[in-house]
Amino acid sequence: MIKFLIEKEFKQIFRNSFIPRMIIMMPLMMMLIFPWAANQEVKNIKLSVVDNDRTTMSGNLVRKVSSSGYFILNSVTGSYTDAMKDIDSGSSDIILEIPADFEKQMMDDKHSTVMISANSVNGTKGTLGSSYLASILNDYSAELRSDMMQNLSISAVQEPRSFSIVPEYKFNPRLDYKVFMVPALMVMLLTMITGFLPALNIVSEKEAGTIEQINVTPASRFQFILAKLIPYWCIGFVILTICMGLAVCVYSIIPVGSLLTIYLFAMIYILVVSGMGLVISNYSDTMQQAMFVMFFFVMILLLMSGLFTPVGSMPDWAQYITILNPLKYFIQVMRLVYLKGSGFFQMIPQFLSLCCFALFFNVWAILSYRKSS
Amino acid sequence: MNAVSVNRLCKSYNGVKALDDVSFDVAKGELYGIIGPDGAGKTTLFRILTTLILPDKGTALVQSTDVVKDYSTIRSIIGYMPGKFSLYQDLTVEENLNFFATVFNTTVKENYHLIEDIYKHIEPFRTRRAGKLSGGMKQKLALSCALIHKPDVLFLDEPTTGVDPVSRKEFWEMLMKLKKQGITIIVSTPYMDEAKLCDRIALMQNGKFLRIDTPDNIVASYPYRLWAVRSSSMHILLDDLRSCQGITSSFSFGTCYHATMDETLTVEKLKRYLLDKGHHNIEINEISPTVEDCFMLLLKEDGV
Repeated sequence: MIKFLIEKEFKQIFRNSFIPRMIIMMPLMMMLIFPWAANQEVKNIKLSVVDNDRTTMSGNLVRKVSSSGYFILNSVTGSYTDAMKDIDSGSSDIILEIPADFEKQMMDDKHSTVMISANSVNGTKGTLGSSYLASILNDYSAELRSDMMQNLSISAVQEPRSFSIVPEYKFNPRLDYKVFMVPALMVMLLTMITGFLPALNIVSEKEAGTIEQINVTPASRFQFILAKLIPYWCIGFVILTICMGLAVCVYSIIPVGSLLTIYLFAMIYILVVSGMGLVISNYSDTMQQAMFVMFFFVMILLLMSGLFTPVGSMPDWAQYITILNPLKYFIQVMRLVYLKGSGFFQMIPQFLSLCCFALFFNVWAILSYRKSS
Repeated sequence: MNAVSVNRLCKSYNGVKALDDVSFDVAKGELYGIIGPDGAGKTTLFRILTTLILPDKGTALVQSTDVVKDYSTIRSIIGYMPGKFSLYQDLTVEENLNFFATVFNTTVKENYHLIEDIYKHIEPFRTRRAGKLSGGMKQKLALSCALIHKPDVLFLDEPTTGVDPVSRKEFWEMLMKLKKQGITIIVSTPYMDEAKLCDRIALMQNGKFLRIDTPDNIVASYPYRLWAVRSSSMHILLDDLRSCQGITSSFSFGTCYHATMDETLTVEKLKRYLLDKGHHNIEINEISPTVEDCFMLLLKEDGV
């Protein structure tokens, strides 16, 4: 019996002119466009320099900053007021002001001060921009110092003690944002497709009245729900495979860990989200309702999943909420497997959490699907 | 033993009584009509009998099986055709039929003899999607799907609503054939003309059964002489009839008004009265009552 129910679902899915296309198009769009757009690195910061010194040393500084790749030199002006005008008009994001006696102070006092002022309307751009700029300036001052040491080479001058920090970024050595985002985007995609489609499917049967006709057949609600789940399970796997293929082809991102682990977790995760979708569909009478409720939850789940912002930096109460977010666990798993190569046994907590969610939502779905109310 | 046996069934929606203490029996092999206007509670009754909803009070047995306790047994012995077309519109005619056959653990071949007469009308379109069929063909397909598992009792909820007169007639001919095969059929309809085709009919209003009898008995028990009245100015005729002393009831019926009168009034008197009111070409003929007349009378007695 279940075989025929599933067969019917597949027939309907492939006969639908829209869904099969969506299944192909969505991963393509997500994988090809989103990793470039959802980039948290800040590049192309427009810089205005107020050079009151106009010496070789200040010139070198400006050259060093503009050759770093992060900044576009917008203008070199003589007064702070002019630079502010650039900020106001939006043609500049950050101002570097070099004091008038920069070179002289550096030679005489071995010390000088420059000023950075950043437009922080876009917070990330402002803070990251000024910290990039600060680190370039530090580099430059270190260079100057070592130059001077060589020139002076006098033992009387005590070399100031200092140390420099050389960070090593584990598992993502070049801090490539895409490596980090792509696995998480796969989760997002899986959530959207395997969460929405089964929910809308059941509601459409309600709207068309066909659910009545099924309800008077001997097919049990367990069979009915299972027949709705299995096709979307398969679709989820297809999508995941397409995504992983694209990640390899386009970004050369290959999971460090095993594919088997990914599929195992995906299997459970799809059950979780489609179960959630089914629960929502059981409580909604129209497509509109189901769509809206689903959107509501998916939005919250996405924003609180650590997809864009780390869970650790959320306030405590928000962190407690994320405990109930299945998305969080699967994103963790995907990143762990992709970047760190974690094995199954290191992710037992996530596995158990996802299993609980899957059980919870699907039992709820079966119980709330009432054949005779 | 009765095919369907309903005892004091009640069901309310938010305080509104959809079924109010309904009891009736349907014999095996009977064609049983439930006649009533929209909102009478027909669909609620069907949904309880087909195990889709639970009654608040009362019991209902289908083939001696309780609709609440043994709902799963009932589902395999009944066929249900809801008022709204509810087959898969994106599957073809053939796929729908096969699908419903398989969910009932049977095959189209096994019970083809049962649906042959009906299905042969739509067989030329078997590769067409159900959603693209005309209204009459949809009904035939729905009936085929409801019959494919050889049900003992067939529930048809307003099967002919929104279907053209020719298809309606064909549909009832098919029901007659099915009845000959021994299938008990319970059909609801708002059309009074279909009532006389049933073995027995129940007149339903506001969740209550007003009367249950054969169509002939219902018509024969009409206590008054009934008159059909026509005149040149029909639009004011009804008001004039109602204001006339001695007229006990009058309502529109097709192209004329049906009226009953008490002993104080005669046809001659009425004619004169209407002439005074400025009517011409007055026709007053005695007619034999129809189910609809009986129904209107019952409604009046019921105080609605």
